[in-house]
This record gives sequence, C-alpha cells and structure tokens, in this order.
Amino acid sequence: MIAGELDRAVEQHEFRIAIPGALRSYTRQASQVTVALSQSSLPTLGAALCALDRAYPGIRFRIVDEQDHLRPHIQVFVDAAIERNLDAPLPLGARLMIVAALSGG
Amino acid sequence: MTETRATGAPDDRTRAHSVRLMIATRKGLWTLASDAAREAWTLAGPQFLGHSVHHAMLDPRTGTMLAAARTGHLGPTIFRSNDLDATWREASRPPAFEPGSGRTVDHTFWLAPGHPSQPNVWYAGTSPQGLFRSEDGGATWTGVAGFNAHPQRKAWCGGDQDGTPDGPKLHSILIDPRDARHMYIGMSSGGVFESMDAGADWRPLNQGVRADFLPEPAPEFGHDPHCVRLATGNPDRLYQQNHCGIYRLDRPGTQWQDIGVGMPQTVGAIGFPLVTHFHDPETLWVFPMDGSDVWPRVSPGGEPAVYRSRDGGTTWQPQRNGLPPTQAWWTVKRQAMTVDRFPTAGVYFGTTSGEVWGSRDEGGTWKCLSAHLPHIYAVEAA
Repeated sequence: MIAGELDRAVEQHEFRIAIPGALRSYTRQASQVTVALSQSSLPTLGAALCALDRAYPGIRFRIVDEQDHLRPHIQVFVDAAIERNLDAPLPLGARLMIVAALSGG
Repeated sequence: MTETRATGAPDDRTRAHSVRLMIATRKGLWTLASDAAREAWTLAGPQFLGHSVHHAMLDPRTGTMLAAARTGHLGPTIFRSNDLDATWREASRPPAFEPGSGRTVDHTFWLAPGHPSQPNVWYAGTSPQGLFRSEDGGATWTGVAGFNAHPQRKAWCGGDQDGTPDGPKLHSILIDPRDARHMYIGMSSGGVFESMDAGADWRPLNQGVRADFLPEPAPEFGHDPHCVRLATGNPDRLYQQNHCGIYRLDRPGTQWQDIGVGMPQTVGAIGFPLVTHFHDPETLWVFPMDGSDVWPRVSPGGEPAVYRSRDGGTTWQPQRNGLPPTQAWWTVKRQAMTVDRFPTAGVYFGTTSGEVWGSRDEGGTWKCLSAHLPHIYAVEAA
C-alpha cells in the first residue's frame, strides 16, 4: 500500500481483506475487497467482519458461528499475525487475510 | 428477498410420469432423471461441487428444492431452488442456535417439508440435535424453542460432542397428515419423541425399544433410532430402523413391537435406512448392515441385499437379484434409500462407494443407475 492510500485508509477506517477461493462466490469472485468502518466506533476484527457481511450478505456466518467464534478451520491474519479474538482492535490501515484451512480427503 | 413459485402442481407427482432422484453426496449434489418407463436415466450435476450436501429434498407441495450444505471449513447453510435445480439462492438466515446458548450448528442433517396446509413451512434437523422451522419456503430459519430450549433436552440428547462418529443428529421429522400440530422426531442419540402442539412440548416415545448400549435395559429415552417413517396411507403406523433392531408402532399405542425378529440371524436386524411403499402401508424395505463386533457397517459378508416385508414386518424376503453376489462392502446411509410414487414402486438406494441402484419392480430386480459418484449421503425421489 503506497503512502497516499494508507493515509486515506487510516482517515476513513478502511481495511483491505483478502478473500480465499472458498468464499469468493460471495464477493463476485473478488480476491481483495475493502470495507469501511464507522469512525465513531473502535475498529475491531468483529466490526470489520460485520462490515464485510453488510457488503456481501451471508459471508460472515460461513466463517463465524452463532456464538461469535471463528469457525475451527478458519484463520484470520491481521497483517502478519493470526487473530481469533473478534474483539481485538485493528491497527489503522491493517490488512486482513481470511484463510480457509483444508484438511482431510 | 423475492420469492418465485414453481408452477408444477404437486398432484402431478402422485401420477408419477417419471422420477427425479436428488443425490446428496460428500462432494456435491447430482440428479438422476428417468424416462416414463424408468428404464433410461440421465445424470446431471454437480451442483455445489466440493460442498458436503447432507440432504436435498423436492417439496411435493410447491416444487421448491432445498439442499443442506457445508464444506470442511465453512459453516452450514441451506440453498433453495424454485426452478428445478436451474438456479439456487442461499438462505439469508440458515439454521443457527440462539446466541448465548453456547451451541453451534455443525450441519443441517435432515430437511422435511411441513404439512400440506402450510405450504411455506419446512423443518430442519441439525447436528448436534436441534429443530428449526422456516415459514417462508426455506429463506429464513428460526429455532423451535419448545425443543431447543426444552429443560430436558440435554438429558434426552446428552452432550453435543456425544453420539455417532459423524456427530449426534436430529432426523426423521414426521408430520401427521391429519394434524399439522402432531409431530414426531428421531434423534441419534435420544430416541423418538412426539409433540401434540407443533413442537411446543415433547415427550419420549420409546417403550419396547432396546438400548443395549445403555446400563438401564429399558430407559425412557437415550435410544438410537436410525430412521423412523410414517406409513403412507396409515398415519397411525410408524416403522423404525434402530441401532438395536427394527420396530413397528401402531398408535394410539405406545409400545413398539420388535419386527426385526423375522430377519435371518446371519444377517441381523441392524441397518440405517427404512422406506415404506407409497400406496401400501404394510410394505417396507430395509438395507441390513453388519453391526457385529466393532460395527463394520458394511453389507453382511460383503453380500448386499435389500429386505422387503409385505406384512408390516412379520416376515421378510431378501432381494438381491442384480446386486453383486459377493465382495461388495457397502453401507447405505439412513437418508440414502427412497421410493417413488408409482403404483408398482420403484426403490432406489445410494452407497457409500458412490453407486446408485434402482429397481422398478419393488425390489425384484436391481440395476446400477450410476457409479463413481462421491460417498452418497442421501437419495430422495420426486
């Protein structure tokens, strides 16, 4: 992300999210999407995923269960670190990556 | 979300011009469509390739199709088609337990259209055991609190991690055709339960059924029914393929009768599926499996055979003409056997090894209709 884009993302609380292939049926095959959060609230991972669901309805329930836990085979990277706590604050300008971990045959 | 209604009249299917089989597998959904003679079959699909489709049903009331799907990593959902498999839309609110309940739906296991007087009502049973209802043709789903929040539910079902290797399940959602409020469900484990008030309250209905895996020989609940069916044409007659045998119940009685005693001892009375004739409440079919030792769950001796009873389970006849005579180690899961609505019934089943077998003479002769599909979870005829 170049400096100008970062400044804009920080100003508008925008986050870029990398979408795995398993979820691109929701994003019209987009591998990268941007969501914007309200500046009046603390930007958290949970808020970003809610914003993602507003833009792409249904996507959140496939990765977060009804008790607000990330599903077992879903990982979310915030920048380079795995984050499973939906209440975790997001650094402004952070890049998110959703990973669907396949196992078994 | 807008709704469209398929135009086919439900009564068309009772005249049975042809058959459509919906084949739900571990890797997607296929359909097999027959000609009028049920001789030639055309395979179409897959839909939802890579998704585990646990059940798919065509609603005889409206023509709507529902499919319950999940993948290895994504959460469970339900897809709907109003144009006979041409296009599908995802439910905007799939079955999910109440926030704060601590429970999560692993997958929707069983789909059941509601009573004919309630054409947009569907029910869904989940793993772990939960009961859900849709009043808009499957677009949105709400938990049936009378079951999911029943104070005895945990005692009936055990923990959410207990039960069968694929997870504990609520299945066999049956609606009395005379009364939309009168319902039955089966649970593995838990047993058979009955509601007289559209699911507001439930009571166990397991007298006479063995539960030889429990310390108490005749418990009130905790049993393991694999598949429960209402006899078409006689809604006072229930049949049950159980972990511990085959049973029949004639209401208003409450004592199940063991009808597995007529099965050959070398075959036994254990299996998953049980289906009934659409025009004869005394005729039913089961597919026995090996439940000995460590429960191999394959055809006994590697020699698959369907067993049919013409007299409500008093006597049974093997039906293996056309099936492999030896070295066929199948399992047929509880949703993977079905019958069509022809007067001379067609009977169909799908195997864990991806074959679909059919008979158009009530089991007299069998023919492989399709092979090389993924592990088959469910076959439903429409």
